[in-house]
Amino acid sequence: MSTMTRHGAALKVENCGKTFADGTCALARATLDIAQSETLVLLGPSGCGKTTLLRIVAGLENPDAGGRVLFDGKDLTRQPIEKRNVGMVFQSYALFPNMTVADNIGYGLKIRGVKRAERAARVAELVVLTNLGGLEDRRIDQLSGGQRQRVALARAVAIRPSVLLLDEPLTALDAALRERLRGELNSLLRTLGITAIYVTHDQAEAMELGDRIVVMRKGAIAQIGTPREIYFTPADRFVAEFVGAANIIEAPIDGTHLVLPGGRQPIADSGPRNQAVAMVRPETIGIVEAPASGLTGVVDSVRFAGDRQRIIVRGAASIPLTVDAPNTIKVHAGERIGLSIEPNSIRLLPAEG
Amino acid sequence: MRDRIIFILQLLFTLLVAAFLAVPAALSIAAGVTVNYFRGIQSGITLQWVAQVWELYAGTIMASILIALGTLAVTLVVGIPAAYALYVRGGRLARLVEEIITLPLAIPGLAIALALLLTYGGFGSFRRSWLFILAGHVIFTMPFMVRSVMAVFATIDVKSLDEGAASLGAAPWRRFIDVIVPNAAPGILAGSLMVVTLSLGEFNLTWMLHTPLTKTLPVGLADSYASMRLEVASAYTLIFFVMIIPLLVAMQWIGERGNLR
Amino acid sequence: MSHISFVRLCLLPLASVTAAFFLLPMARLLLAGSEGPRGLAEYLAIILEPRYRTTLLNTLVLAAATTVATLIIATIAGLFLQRQRFPGRTILVAILTFPLAFPGVVVGFMIILLAGRQGLIGEVSSRLTGDKLVFAYSIHGLFLGYLYFSIPRVILTIMAAAQKLDPGLEEAARSLGASPWAVLRDVILPALTPALIASGAIAFATAMGAFGTAFTLATNIDVLPMLIYTEFTLAGNLATSAALSVGLGVMTWLMLALARSFAGSSVAAAG
Repeated sequence: MSTMTRHGAALKVENCGKTFADGTCALARATLDIAQSETLVLLGPSGCGKTTLLRIVAGLENPDAGGRVLFDGKDLTRQPIEKRNVGMVFQSYALFPNMTVADNIGYGLKIRGVKRAERAARVAELVVLTNLGGLEDRRIDQLSGGQRQRVALARAVAIRPSVLLLDEPLTALDAALRERLRGELNSLLRTLGITAIYVTHDQAEAMELGDRIVVMRKGAIAQIGTPREIYFTPADRFVAEFVGAANIIEAPIDGTHLVLPGGRQPIADSGPRNQAVAMVRPETIGIVEAPASGLTGVVDSVRFAGDRQRIIVRGAASIPLTVDAPNTIKVHAGERIGLSIEPNSIRLLPAEG
Repeated sequence: MRDRIIFILQLLFTLLVAAFLAVPAALSIAAGVTVNYFRGIQSGITLQWVAQVWELYAGTIMASILIALGTLAVTLVVGIPAAYALYVRGGRLARLVEEIITLPLAIPGLAIALALLLTYGGFGSFRRSWLFILAGHVIFTMPFMVRSVMAVFATIDVKSLDEGAASLGAAPWRRFIDVIVPNAAPGILAGSLMVVTLSLGEFNLTWMLHTPLTKTLPVGLADSYASMRLEVASAYTLIFFVMIIPLLVAMQWIGERGNLR
Repeated sequence: MSHISFVRLCLLPLASVTAAFFLLPMARLLLAGSEGPRGLAEYLAIILEPRYRTTLLNTLVLAAATTVATLIIATIAGLFLQRQRFPGRTILVAILTFPLAFPGVVVGFMIILLAGRQGLIGEVSSRLTGDKLVFAYSIHGLFLGYLYFSIPRVILTIMAAAQKLDPGLEEAARSLGASPWAVLRDVILPALTPALIASGAIAFATAMGAFGTAFTLATNIDVLPMLIYTEFTLAGNLATSAALSVGLGVMTWLMLALARSFAGSSVAAAG
């Protein structure tokens, strides 16, 4: 209990890997620092090891020998989850069906021997905070999905945990509700200012909620950075394609230009190489009238999406380019157009390993 | 450390329970092939008791197999169409019928046997024939067949299949033979195994319904337990195990395969 | 032929068989219960007649004891087998579930081998203490027999219920600081309650109506099915045995109806 503060603990995950009994390696040895009151998002496709990493921090899995988990510098690696004072929100919510909303929220306090009156006060506080007023005596099966999600969150927060661990907390909800609750969750995390680790496969959630994002792939960390760093300067092709839409172009380099079938494209980010893998985000490509020199292509298809239109352009690069253009521009399939790309927005990626 | 101790205590407890169930069965198997059970296994291993059982009780074994197969035939012919009708028709009447045919599971066999005796005891030739026991077994096992087949219907959306076949112009009985029955096969198989197993082991009803000339295997078993030496009773039980265990294994195998899908 | 008439035709054989060999006989049984010298009062004899009442109480106590003991034993073993993975587990599960199909007579014989005159327990106890412990032919033997056939089916029900349990529930409770004992008390047992009630009711009803085991162990054990049997075969007391069987049938049916309203699944007695 000594580590308990208003804003949670600073966490250190040291050299933690996980190999299961059958020999499969779920997580390569990873080291992470999480600052006090920081929200760290573990992002990646299913099976990337993000949940395993979370469960190691929680104390639900033991790391392979040599791995350590430290809360405020204190080694808790050998402590089971019930001794770690972590608040956990599960994908299934795991609300106790035999208890009311209030009993669920107060359960951790009851286990800690907190007096009834004090418990009720804390529960009432959380009911207000999570907007659950009037539902205190409901049974769990009388709640909607969004309400259940809030109860799960309130229950995890009630114990003033050292760290809040969220395992895909919005995945079980439908799309519209997911978006709304994402906003609520974001403001709640800011209000509480608590250290949090958030696992998700949804890059939009990661962008909005994370102070920093850890992108994971096949049991290893691919990149750690702020949402902006991850989006604009992805470390490799996997990160570029997993976070947002990306055109990945392979082309020879001639000094400061990419040499493309549709023309020469100047780049800012160059190096001593003559073959490049370049990333261009669709919204950074502008459509202009076909110029005499510079990059040109032929419109293959136009898909109108309301706020913008997605245009596929052939002939400009070795692959068809995806362009997100403002919804006012009028082009049609078969039309020859010019493409203008700001040299700064082209990011060269390391060649495929 | 604490988890380890809890694990070991639970394991020991579970092993103890398993021993309670398995040791007597093992003893009976051993006794059935031991020359003298009182002197123990060192008195030698023999098949003489099994042979003696065969001599004395072969009739009951054959009778049980025949009654089990007869019961199976009746439950198939009566139960599959009924399961189809109950599932397709649905509604309150279907639930009532299902409730009624399931009642024999809730009422002790003794009561049903008594009821059958009161009603048909006077019809001498029926009372004395195998059919009397068969009737009891059919009543007792029917719900297993009907429910097992209905359970499959519920998983394969048999109504759409039926309507699909109807849209192609098949008459009701053609649809039943060509579409319904083949698709109900897993349920029919599971139900059949259940019916045969239950019929082979049925005692409560059968003891009341049997006559000296219509004895089944469990009736013979009770007879041997009361009047034969332990080795003979054990050998007889051994024969029963040999008959019933393949059925149980098959049922478990089907159950597991069902779980995997 | 129209579809409706085909469906009716499909039901006809079942309706005839059930009517002829179940409904009609049961009606006859009901009637027989009131055809004795006492008339309809025969149905009250099960409570009013001291001898029958004692037997009824005996049976109820035995069934209740069987139920409680079975639930405790099966919950410990069933939870263990469902939640732990270790070599030999499948064999253990098979051993614990195979006796499911043993008829009551065979279960009775198992108890004789265990606690009868030539039984294992007597053998071991006479070597240890010089006193030969034999209790198969009493109500204690019957209790052991009922345990023998109740344990497998209750273990199966509990394993199935435990399998459906969201592992997140236990992890959530632990994350909130609950000890293993608190997890069991607050999460696992409440979640298993419907299964415990349902399988407990089955165990109870089965123990009430089972005949084969008692018959094998001894004909003078004072339980309801044996009473019905002796009234019918030895005393030739048709009305009493009919009324008693109806009473027994109603009691077991009520228990199972209760069980089904909790579990909603197929629930059947055995014996």
